Amino acid sequence: MIFLAEWWDVRDLGNAVGALLEWLGDHGPDWLPYIVSAVVGSITIVVFLLTSLLVFAWVERRLIGRIQARMGPNRVGPWGAFQSVADAIKFVTKEAITSANADRWVFWLAPILVVVPALVVFAVIPFNEGMILADLNVGVLFLVAVGSVTAIPIFMAGWSSNNKFSLMGAMREVAMLISYEIPLVLALLGVVIFTNTMRMNGIVGWQDEHNTWLVFLQPLAVLIYFICGAVEINRTPTDIAEAESEIVAGYHTEYSGIKFGMFWLAEYFAGFAIAAIIATLYLGGWTLWGLEEWVPGWMIFLVKLYGLFWFFIWMRGTLPRLRIDQLMAFAWKVLLPLGLINIFFAGLEVLLWQENDLPAEAVLPGFAIANLVLAVVLIAAWAQLLGRGRPQYRPTRARLVKELGAVIYGEEA
Amino acid sequence: MSVDLSHYLLVGAILFSIGLYVALAKRNAVGILMGIELMFNAVNLTLIAFSRFVSPPTDVTGHVFVVFVITVAAAEAALALALAMVVYRNRETIDIDKINLMRW
Amino acid sequence: MEVVGSSVAFEDVGSIVAFWSLAVVTVGAALMVVAVRNLIHAVLFLILSFIGVAGLYITLSADFVAITQILIYAGAISVLILFAVLLTPRAARDNAETFLQVPGLVLAALVGVTIGAIVLVTDWNEATRGPFSETAVAIGEALLDKYVLPFEIASVILLAAMVGAIVLVRED
Repeated sequence: MIFLAEWWDVRDLGNAVGALLEWLGDHGPDWLPYIVSAVVGSITIVVFLLTSLLVFAWVERRLIGRIQARMGPNRVGPWGAFQSVADAIKFVTKEAITSANADRWVFWLAPILVVVPALVVFAVIPFNEGMILADLNVGVLFLVAVGSVTAIPIFMAGWSSNNKFSLMGAMREVAMLISYEIPLVLALLGVVIFTNTMRMNGIVGWQDEHNTWLVFLQPLAVLIYFICGAVEINRTPTDIAEAESEIVAGYHTEYSGIKFGMFWLAEYFAGFAIAAIIATLYLGGWTLWGLEEWVPGWMIFLVKLYGLFWFFIWMRGTLPRLRIDQLMAFAWKVLLPLGLINIFFAGLEVLLWQENDLPAEAVLPGFAIANLVLAVVLIAAWAQLLGRGRPQYRPTRARLVKELGAVIYGEEA
Repeated sequence: MSVDLSHYLLVGAILFSIGLYVALAKRNAVGILMGIELMFNAVNLTLIAFSRFVSPPTDVTGHVFVVFVITVAAAEAALALALAMVVYRNRETIDIDKINLMRW
Repeated sequence: MEVVGSSVAFEDVGSIVAFWSLAVVTVGAALMVVAVRNLIHAVLFLILSFIGVAGLYITLSADFVAITQILIYAGAISVLILFAVLLTPRAARDNAETFLQVPGLVLAALVGVTIGAIVLVTDWNEATRGPFSETAVAIGEALLDKYVLPFEIASVILLAAMVGAIVLVRED
């Protein structure tokens, strides 16, 4: 990376912060740079997330409206652009009711704690080489660990509402979360096997060094991670635990006002987090094959992040909701075996590569093609194995029944 | 005032004794399990403290030991809770004062 | 894996503040597990204690073990305990003590005092070494090199626990 390490180099905002910390370290006590770096980093992340939220709450509603052949918000400002502001004002001014028999402390604490993992994940995500709050040596594992902690506040919310349906929604939700954690870890392990490091900046560096994106080398893993990520953040088609037409909005039934706003916030932040993780690990992060010398790395990263979030919005508008048993069966019977086979083949490929000391340019395209073929073959094979691909389950074109006027699949009228 | 190996070991000792009290004195079977988990945590903390302060610089035996303890603790928690569920199914309670068929 | 710095004790303000605050949180949460009268609150304080211990691991520069602690204890075992509490609705949830309360207290206090006395009296052979810089690689290599047998046996234990738990809880 030929970045100028000057504080005025906008391409890497970490330089400015680094210069400030150096100045503070020279002119103040020893522990001040740490505190200042933590504060500056946290505030930057929160401001970035809130701004993205304001923009994308509106983008999502407009996009889903267009997908569903309607307008979407168009009252508040030009093309409804201030709809997010109106939403925020609504959340803040609505009465935050606490039910009489609810467990007051836990009820109050749950919405706060739900936002915490989604925020903390951004501490290890590199927006540029120097723009990472904590470049941990076990960054990838940190992502998984913090994601797994989300189950606890959801449980707290469901239990403290003193409402049978909330509790059932929370239990379904937690069961879904813990089932989808394992394929998530397996998908991430596929990345770590190739890059030999768990540091997020190390993985981005590996992708830059080998001039490739890990999405080409691990197509099955990125698909698994995308699906598991969507489930972990309760996006449709997997929002069984909180959709309004389902179990009465599940674990956040009893929440209103800013407490519900916190749950809504946490869902969007987690969505940004999953998009950021895929952008970093699979799409090369803040690098773009050398373009990062002219365009700031964080701009490239943000473009990738928002592009992936657009995929999430697209998925929400298009796919119907899955049932909880379909979801669990999918996790255990499809994603887990596919993840394991993916790791096995990734390990095999890296072993062949390292043992024979082959040059990277010759070997990686071969791996990319092999992994792509493997992904297609595995998905087709699993579909056949589990019966989804068999002809008798495929709905044929709808025929009209003349007498009843109803639509029946597959039967002649 | 510097923080030394003995500070970590004392924290571990306090956690262990609290965990021991919870394991001995709680009525609910799940409560007993919580005490056992506290004891595991205390032991792990002691192991890591020793690994950091006493063992040679390239020795991660303490860490490996802790990974195994965490693994076995998870397995044991799963089984203990499965047992508690089966007892609940048969006796409608997991109060250990009432599960006393095998007493004198 | 290189050794960074060489100090037997933590002298810098940051480590001292971190240790004391995390120790207070951990021990305080453990005491609340004993004291609160609601089982779910006790479990939540237990989770806080787990996270406190993970923080203490980080002050001891054991990064991999700290993250594993959060992942498994706060993420999985806590969920297990909460599910067990929720799936036993007619059991008493008031976190009461048995009749063995006083002997338990005496025994726990004795054990604590004994261990504490041993800790303070012994002259630990503390090496002048610094913190680890990266433990994950070393742990991975040790697991597959020196400790491969316990590693394999641990996987068998996990399999046995999984199968055992499913068999026990099945309604046949």
